[in-house]
Amino acid sequence: MTVASPNDFQESLQPQGWLRYFSFSLDHKVIGLQYLVTGFIFYFIGGALAGVIRAELASPISDFVGRETYNEVLTLHGTVMIFLWIVPVVNGGFGNYLIPFYVGARDMAFPRLNAVAFWMIPPAGILLIGSYFITGSAQSGWTAYPPLSITTPALGQVVWIVSVLLLGGSSIFGGINFIATILKLRRPGLKLMQLPMYCWAMLGTSILVVLSTPVLAGTLLLLSFDIVAHTGFFNPAMGGNVVVYQHLFWFYSHPAVYIMVLPAFGLVSEILPIHSRKPLFGYTTMVYSIMAIVVLGLVVWAHHMFTSGTPPWMRLFFTIATSFIAVPTGIKFFNWLATLWGGKLALNSAMLFSCAFIVNFVFGGITGVALAQVPFDIHVHDTYFVVGHFHYIVYGGTVFVIFASIYHWYPKFTGRMLNEDLGRLHFLLTFIGFNLCFAPQHWLGLNGMPRRVAEYDPSFTTLNQISSVGALLMAISSLPFLYNVLVSAFRGRVAGDNPWNALTPEWLTSSPPPVENWVGEAPLVEHPYGYGVPEDTLSVAAATGRDLWSGAGRR
Amino acid sequence: MTSIATSTSASASTGEAVVAEAHGEHADLRLFGLATFLVADGMTFAGFFAAYLTFRAVNPLPAGSTYELELLLPSINTVLLLVSSYTFHRSGRNLLLGRMGPCRAWLLLTAGLGAAFLAGQMVEYFSLPFGLTDNLFASTFYALTGFHGLHVTLGVICILLVWVQTRQGGRVSSGAPFGLEAAELYWHFVDGIWVILYGILYLL
Repeated sequence: MTVASPNDFQESLQPQGWLRYFSFSLDHKVIGLQYLVTGFIFYFIGGALAGVIRAELASPISDFVGRETYNEVLTLHGTVMIFLWIVPVVNGGFGNYLIPFYVGARDMAFPRLNAVAFWMIPPAGILLIGSYFITGSAQSGWTAYPPLSITTPALGQVVWIVSVLLLGGSSIFGGINFIATILKLRRPGLKLMQLPMYCWAMLGTSILVVLSTPVLAGTLLLLSFDIVAHTGFFNPAMGGNVVVYQHLFWFYSHPAVYIMVLPAFGLVSEILPIHSRKPLFGYTTMVYSIMAIVVLGLVVWAHHMFTSGTPPWMRLFFTIATSFIAVPTGIKFFNWLATLWGGKLALNSAMLFSCAFIVNFVFGGITGVALAQVPFDIHVHDTYFVVGHFHYIVYGGTVFVIFASIYHWYPKFTGRMLNEDLGRLHFLLTFIGFNLCFAPQHWLGLNGMPRRVAEYDPSFTTLNQISSVGALLMAISSLPFLYNVLVSAFRGRVAGDNPWNALTPEWLTSSPPPVENWVGEAPLVEHPYGYGVPEDTLSVAAATGRDLWSGAGRR
Repeated sequence: MTSIATSTSASASTGEAVVAEAHGEHADLRLFGLATFLVADGMTFAGFFAAYLTFRAVNPLPAGSTYELELLLPSINTVLLLVSSYTFHRSGRNLLLGRMGPCRAWLLLTAGLGAAFLAGQMVEYFSLPFGLTDNLFASTFYALTGFHGLHVTLGVICILLVWVQTRQGGRVSSGAPFGLEAAELYWHFVDGIWVILYGILYLL
């Protein structure tokens, strides 16, 4: 089909080669990698900010940075990590790269909207971080609770709002695209219940994005009116109501936790079966669990507000609803363990990070159920216990899966393998550093150390120093990773098209894939997890009806 | 030059063209995408409505202020919008039947009704005894009606754009009705939001 294009149409205004990664490209693979690389840049910026926080907290007095700078740094750290790193990478990055392959399409449903969604992110990030150097950035934390956000310097807060609105818009456009692609763009003959699990995770995530992100956008509009036009929606001094802000904010920001973690569930469901050579256990229950998490995730937000004067009936309802979420989540964990059970495990870097994800997330999940109980929550609200819990979910959960996914899909992105030894070193440093950094914070919180304060009681010094050492280890751990991904792109072992002998559709094409994803028709993969059964001698010709491995099938 | 080499270089250098060509294969999903976006947009309004109802339930207003509003003008406005939904529907029917003259006439009438609604809202704004920052109810009132008015304004602009596009040889025709259908879907959505808004802001 490509040979037919006349030569005079080959001259395109679009840049080719590596320059296309800096262009308004419509190719979902280019956009996916744009998301990934941009996300990692912001990850290292956010990590440097975390380094400032941990350096400040290495001693009980505020000596490394001033108190106001500390507030700015913690606000930027939270906002950058959530809105510019986790959400764009697990949704936009891997989603854009993988979903069209999984549904057997050549691109997303709306390629132009897709590119627009990505290109809203760099300006938002530059605005947010630039505000620190120009006007001073927001100081009210990533939650921007009024009246704090109304009384802190207005300019930084307004820039923060504009930036988050841009990122929210980008997220909504992405969500619309994923819903349309998964529901409407499936290859003929491919049924919903045959899709790889990541598609279901992204469908659930996108539903949450479309339903909850607009509420945050509206709320931030009202907050900006309070700051700029001096209305009193959330200003008690003018008869306003701060708790309404909290309700609306958490109506987005609790589902946001699932927006950050459901895609990670999906990615890990792709990685585990391939490296244990077993089918994914309990596919159907996995699908229903994801949908149950979506529904329940929308009705648990007020568990963030047990100390906000929430009436007893509300506390009761939200405690029960939150505890219920442990059920579908638990089903998924048992399914993953059953997938591993008796499998032929290849404990490579991707698998190590995935298994560590299970360990970390179970721990974060247990503290999460504890936090859902009102009596306990009142005790530890706004202490470092919450900080520890949150980082076990988002770092120990999602970031570990992002690293696992990089090790797993890097051969597909570049055609070359990552260095395994460096990968294991990266894993070891990250795992030890992460647990050293965040486990002590549970003790600190239980003993009453408040979060978001630059100074603390000297009796907390030792545990804080252990935590800071852990943070230093995490910083060091990114060095072998960075070296690995940068150097392996040029000097890594050539991977071949399918180094993991995987059956999911993205591996049934060349590495890196051609622009149109497949030469000729997309393969029909009805059993994406058909490992370990006798037919699984990877007869790809049988799986797709065509021989993809001959020269004609390759790029 | 071998045929395989040709195919390789062609697929690399006409990347965007191939993607565009491949993209053209699937059914038109733009209305589906717009509908999904309108769900999101509706959630923004839902957040505003929830905030208003909560304020009203738990936040007492300063002495002397009231939640009461004049009913006549907004009720006329409601009728205007409901009629405009009907006229837009007639326009869409005529487009599908290929009758461009009536289609464009109904379209203009719809835009006129939308503009009349906006004018009515301006008159209401100027006759109200309170300003944006007077009290919580005033702020919420202007935020809700203003956000909706912004949607109506965008809608009127869209209708006028579609009106231009339905001219002879324009982008919108009975064979390519997307522009008009999209504007119509959006217009019905904005009308529906107004009905809810009218109910909780004026009648409740």
